[in-house]
Amino acid sequence: MSNQPVVLEARNITKQFPGVLANDKVNLKLHKGEILALLGENGAGKSTLMNILYGLYRPNEGQVFVRGEQVEYANPRDAIAKGIGMVHQHFQLVPVFTVAENVILGSEVERISGVLDMKKAINDVRELSEYHGLPIDPTAIVEELPVGLQQRLEIIKALYRKAEILFLDEPTAVLTPQEVKELFEVMRGLVAQGKSIIFISHKLKEVLTICDRIAVMRAGKTVGEAMPAESTPQTLASLMVGRDVILQVAKDTAKPGEVVLQVNGLKSKDDRGQYALNGLDFQVKEGEIVGIAGVQGNGQTELVEVLTGLRRSSNGSVTVGGVDITNKSARFITKQKVSHIPEDRHRYGMVKSYSIADNLVLNSYYMPQFRKGLSLDSQAINKQAVDLIKEYDIRTPSAETSGGTLSGGNQQKMVVAREIGGRQVELLIASQPTRGVDVGSIEFIHSQIVSERDKGVAVLLVSAELDEIMALSDRIVVMYEGEIVDIVDAGQATREDLGVMMTGSK
Amino acid sequence: MEEKSTFRTDQIMAIIQPFIVPVLAIFTSVIVGSIFLLAYGFNPIDAYSGLLDGAFGSNRRIAKTILNTIPYIFGGLAVAFAFKGGLFNIGAQGQLFMGAISAAYVGFVFEGLPFIIHMPLAVLAGALGGAFWGAIPGFLKAYTGAHEVITTIMFNYIALSFVGYLVSGPLKLEGSVIAKTPEIADAAKLPFFGTGELGLHYGIPLAILVAFIIYWLIWKTPFGFELRTVGLNPSAASYSGISVKRVTIFTMAISGLLAGLAGTVDTLGLIHHFEPSFNLGYGFDSITIALLAKNHPLGVILTSFLFGAMSAGSTRMQRASGVPSEIIQVVQALILMFVAAEQLIRIMYRLRSQEGEGLQLSSGWGAG
Repeated sequence: MSNQPVVLEARNITKQFPGVLANDKVNLKLHKGEILALLGENGAGKSTLMNILYGLYRPNEGQVFVRGEQVEYANPRDAIAKGIGMVHQHFQLVPVFTVAENVILGSEVERISGVLDMKKAINDVRELSEYHGLPIDPTAIVEELPVGLQQRLEIIKALYRKAEILFLDEPTAVLTPQEVKELFEVMRGLVAQGKSIIFISHKLKEVLTICDRIAVMRAGKTVGEAMPAESTPQTLASLMVGRDVILQVAKDTAKPGEVVLQVNGLKSKDDRGQYALNGLDFQVKEGEIVGIAGVQGNGQTELVEVLTGLRRSSNGSVTVGGVDITNKSARFITKQKVSHIPEDRHRYGMVKSYSIADNLVLNSYYMPQFRKGLSLDSQAINKQAVDLIKEYDIRTPSAETSGGTLSGGNQQKMVVAREIGGRQVELLIASQPTRGVDVGSIEFIHSQIVSERDKGVAVLLVSAELDEIMALSDRIVVMYEGEIVDIVDAGQATREDLGVMMTGSK
Repeated sequence: MEEKSTFRTDQIMAIIQPFIVPVLAIFTSVIVGSIFLLAYGFNPIDAYSGLLDGAFGSNRRIAKTILNTIPYIFGGLAVAFAFKGGLFNIGAQGQLFMGAISAAYVGFVFEGLPFIIHMPLAVLAGALGGAFWGAIPGFLKAYTGAHEVITTIMFNYIALSFVGYLVSGPLKLEGSVIAKTPEIADAAKLPFFGTGELGLHYGIPLAILVAFIIYWLIWKTPFGFELRTVGLNPSAASYSGISVKRVTIFTMAISGLLAGLAGTVDTLGLIHHFEPSFNLGYGFDSITIALLAKNHPLGVILTSFLFGAMSAGSTRMQRASGVPSEIIQVVQALILMFVAAEQLIRIMYRLRSQEGEGLQLSSGWGAG
């Protein structure tokens, strides 16, 4: 590949944010017809670099070259004019518009009269999608399309704007294993036509499968390059983190005991009034980890909300340790020794401007040990914080530091510390416990979850990362469209089987 | 100005920091106000010195300034307290009316009660009148999702019409030409202390005491923890088992209670009857006062004093320099604008933004 001309080059890019050097003299070259992986942990500076190359940020230092010519973008429009297209992780689509309308948005085709020429737009989109082997119905309404097709639409949008260089930001995060395969085929087709792709990811296996070359970033710097043929997940992880990491979770076979969580015929509606849970039956026993596998948006979020008192169920029952908690308040459920690591820690798990000490008592501030007469006992609150910070290795200057200033991994350790360190636990509900968390913290959080299991806690693990489900679970519940497809022993399930089940077929 | 001091240590900065923007906002408003004065052919120095003279020129004027400050403190606390719970209470004016009329009613309807019972009873009535009027929008917000800004504005009109009806009908002083209630009993009046021209009623120590209680309530108690959590992140509040509905209703009730006290102290301490026009305007100024104080209960004492001085001094200013007292309202409006659009002040004086703001752009799920 390297004999092909360089189409995009970043030279000595430095970007300073207040207090953080996000990019530190970063160099990157992309050749024509190449899929380059940009690998790095959260906060390594991948997104910053992409945003600079796409004209969203201006670098403090360094130059960008497109096909050998130095460019200075005022905004993304300039980058698009240079043939650069970006597919964001969070799609930039208008859900109620059709596919064709979304494609032409911002570069509308008009007839001479000034009226929008929808017929031409639909034809253009159809031709374009067929030419690139990306079939899609131009008249379909976007919100009715599955996520995989919405992503395809994003790629078509970039191609419509004559993109030669495509940035794909964590494109597989929302896809099923099957959709990932399709995406990879599309990517191969595009490079065969001479396009070039930068694939941003932190998933080692995918990077090894699809990419021609791998650039690794750590702490704002490009720390190395690797060729897939000469790399293993282990070597890439070490490069990414800067030390050896344990990718496997060490755990013994489970010794399940009594049933703790019993879910019977559970039904609940989502925010739009559709049934998100359509009659679920399962149980979690003490001393076992039950993983919920499934593509995001198949009812996992609603399930956790119902179990933790944040959403009402319409039918069925939930008991914890024999106590009925169906449609009980969050406070009541917490008092039944249920802990909850929420999937969105910024929204639910913490108050950013609160100190770490206050965040650590977010759901126990009312308890007698934190009260002194009518007031809160700030000494007791601080003492607990100091202990938990030490025990859970939360990297912070002090207990008074506000939670929002911590890194993602340390914020999550703070949440974990509160949920399992601060009190007795019978049932731990962990939802996306390592989302947006660095590898070092992932190791730590995984080992904490396993050690809770070994102490006899019943663990319900919900994760969009199939690898995480497979590494931690003793049994796996596969969900699809609010129903359970199957419940399997983790030891016997293969990735492929689970992938098939996640699409709803047994 | 403070931020130019050369020996800045973290501790000094931490104390000064919250004052910088409010002080600069006031300063800028005075300067811009001067431009208005010049444009209309007045001498700004005459005007402002007239204002100062009117507010502090004699014992009697100082007393007037302090007496004006009292309802502002309660009103400012009302708005600030609701803000801490994430609620924008525009209805302080209506709650103030309901407090004032309730206090006045209890004040004049009982005769022969001893002071030790009558005065506290009237204060309690005023507090509850405001609390009741604040709790309704809180209830509507909690159970129907009706936005408190809309409902409290509407409740201002309902309150105004309601008290207007009461004072021109059932509670009207018989034989009076103006619509007002009878004079309250002596036993219900807030007593004065101090001597001669520097006479003040007990509303002022009460206001300062309440400000400290509110400070304690917000930052030192479990309820305050719930209130702040709901205000900062309602999702995290419900996650942690806090009943957001209950906290919303209580917050609005306490906010209304404070606004009710703003009406009560004037009624029982100064006016001694209820007459709507005497209580008008305080509720809306309270919003500026709370914002200028950055919703800090103790800051409210300071900003209330500023507004008390401005309102006390403006009449004198008009008489002495011929400058219309409305110019003070212009200055107050400018303060509100500069405080609300804090970024404007930051740009004008090249202040650094709060730490980490630029950083937010790059964070988010899976970013990196």
